[in-house]
Amino acid sequence: MPDAAGLELIAQELNEVAPGSVSGTYHEHGQACLIVSPERVLDVLRWLRDTPGQEYRFLASLHGADYLPARPRFGVLYELLNMPRVERIRVRAALDDPGEGSLPEIDSCVELFPTAEFHEREVYDFFGIVFRGHPDLRRILLPEDYVGWPLRRDFPIGGEPVIFTRDEPSVPRWFE
Amino acid sequence: MEVRREKLRALAPLDEPKPPAELRIRQLRARDLLRGDLSAEELERYAEESVVTTRLEQMLAWGRANSVFPATFGLACCAIEMMSIVSPRYDVARFGAENMRASPRQADLLILSGRVSIKMAPVVRRIYDQMLEPKWVISMGACSSSGGMFGNYAVVQGADKFMPVDIHVPGCPPRPEALIYGFNKLQRKILGNPDPGWRRRYNAEGTEEWAHGAGAPTPEERSAYQAAREAVLTAERGA
Repeated sequence: MPDAAGLELIAQELNEVAPGSVSGTYHEHGQACLIVSPERVLDVLRWLRDTPGQEYRFLASLHGADYLPARPRFGVLYELLNMPRVERIRVRAALDDPGEGSLPEIDSCVELFPTAEFHEREVYDFFGIVFRGHPDLRRILLPEDYVGWPLRRDFPIGGEPVIFTRDEPSVPRWFE
Repeated sequence: MEVRREKLRALAPLDEPKPPAELRIRQLRARDLLRGDLSAEELERYAEESVVTTRLEQMLAWGRANSVFPATFGLACCAIEMMSIVSPRYDVARFGAENMRASPRQADLLILSGRVSIKMAPVVRRIYDQMLEPKWVISMGACSSSGGMFGNYAVVQGADKFMPVDIHVPGCPPRPEALIYGFNKLQRKILGNPDPGWRRRYNAEGTEEWAHGAGAPTPEERSAYQAAREAVLTAERGA
């Protein structure tokens, strides 16, 4: 686990190698996170994977997040692990919502980490984030004809009103 | 709670052995009946003692209600409770439904034990369609009856949206006793309504699906089928 100072060093080196890639960092609960711009996420991941002294070779998880009132709205999070040192670092790519009718896009990292294939399909399935260059971007868990991105915050929760007879006197026929 | 301990003998007076002389008399009378030696009065008394009359439908329903074969089909956590009804502690064998069949072709009761996700719903429906009539469905627990706590994007809000359900058992999960009680209710239903077809029970006649391999029926076939069905129905209604 890089400590806060080590995280700042990594961020500085990254900004020298790939200018404008790291826009922020945070270090909370002993977890280090780099906030990167989605255009440079592949450079960041490749640098973290291949640079001697870093060598985060294992992508433990890749997931999406929706921070709806905040901007940029979406996040794609890469949890990297260095196995010999047992050090973890998180990379968060912050994506903007392109608006109605189009989906946010980010580069696929399947070339770097083959395990990301199913992870990216899952993120696409639930958040509607398109991974450019993914070999087979389809829904993975939901039915293939499902409409909508159910883990987005503006997706309706669903369910149905339960018809309680106690509500009938105050609001007659409320369930219609 | 007071525990009542009764002597087994008192519980089963019918098993009291009859005196041997009486048994011998009955044997002789049965032999005389078979030979045709009983006079009219004796024959009448013999019939009153040893023959029960009923309707064929009622007898069939009685047989069906007391020999239900549930499908071995668990959907979620309720399935654990469903499994325990066949255990010696709850013992649904008392009511004749202990024989869980692994094939829907051999089952006539489907217990929906758990939430039905929208991806599972077509599978459940296919299993139901594969069962031979007469067939019944118990929706076990809150989830399969109404969606339960899973009011979200992935779960069907009540399995009766896509298939006919006879009995809903509430609970989360229902205790095995509750499921057995629901099963007893189903037995009452089978006994009281001997009609075996769910389509008539749910006013869904004419919704039969056709096998894919056979191709869609021609209009002549369809009308012939409808005519035959109408004839059967009118005959039954007239009877």
